[in-house]
Amino acid sequence: MLNREEDILKAAEDWQKAGHGVALATVVETWGSAPRPAGSSLVINDDGTFLGSVSGGCVEGAVVTEALDVIASGQPKMLEFGVADETAWNVGLSCGGTIRVFVEKVG
Amino acid sequence: MKLETLKELNTERAARRPVIIVTDTSNGEQRLVKARDFSTDPLRAELAKQLRMGKSGNVEVGGKKLFLNVYAPTAKLVIIGAVHISQALAPLARALDYDVTVVDPRTAFASPERFPDVPLIAEWPDVALPPLNIDHYTAFVAVTHDPKIDDPALLHAFERDCFYIGALGSRKTHAKRAERLRAQGAKESDIARIHAPIGLAIGAVSPSEIAVSIMAEITAQLRLPPKEKEEAA
Repeated sequence: MLNREEDILKAAEDWQKAGHGVALATVVETWGSAPRPAGSSLVINDDGTFLGSVSGGCVEGAVVTEALDVIASGQPKMLEFGVADETAWNVGLSCGGTIRVFVEKVG
Repeated sequence: MKLETLKELNTERAARRPVIIVTDTSNGEQRLVKARDFSTDPLRAELAKQLRMGKSGNVEVGGKKLFLNVYAPTAKLVIIGAVHISQALAPLARALDYDVTVVDPRTAFASPERFPDVPLIAEWPDVALPPLNIDHYTAFVAVTHDPKIDDPALLHAFERDCFYIGALGSRKTHAKRAERLRAQGAKESDIARIHAPIGLAIGAVSPSEIAVSIMAEITAQLRLPPKEKEEAA
């Protein structure tokens, strides 16, 4: 099934209840041929374990790193990945799109 | 996101009720809007639009940029009748991301050989339907051509307020069906909700083409705003 969210939000709740620090990363805007639509999300815990996707695998690594910062600081962050951004190119949103990802702590 | 918000979100999703989370992305301020509060919310027009499209997106209100994240339940399709049309309809609906169930008490029709990979219930509607938790996010299609099976199923669909109800048969067949349903106490307004003859008029002939016309009609019912929906019907 292409457009259904797996039950990653339930996993986020369970992680939090088990005492983990948890962050939620959500695609809030896309331009061009972005691989995942707005609303797609990734949940990350303080072990670096993650579920879901915001880009179909291109920038998840970078989002997880940022999410660990957000878990530590509690401050939400807006990330932008795209061809114009050297770092983003390096982490590989090679499909040519641009996405903005909002990362927030759960709890 | 507060843990309370996440819990509420998961509770609503598990109950198949739509939810929209409104986030001010400049500071992370957030609120959860439940289905029952959509019509009275200050952002009701924006919420209604995003919900209908089943799409998350950004709006600007009073100089604030807000992200509306839509959590709509997965649409279900219940097909009454394991007939030739259903063999084409079930895989097509699955490709369109519907959760599909086929119901037919006739075991010769409802066989796994004819319906690989589709949940199949070989029971009468009164037994098969209640456990399916049919709700507003369900499209309901009756295609057995047999009143003993289709009629009680349609009465159940009325009760559950399915967003789409369709039944196979010509205008003449449908007029007789309407009479039978009336005799069983169905409301006029419910009978009027049945799409019959079923499917958009695209000149469909083969079972696969009829399946396309049915899914097109269901899609229109799901996505078009109310006014355009009337025009399309």
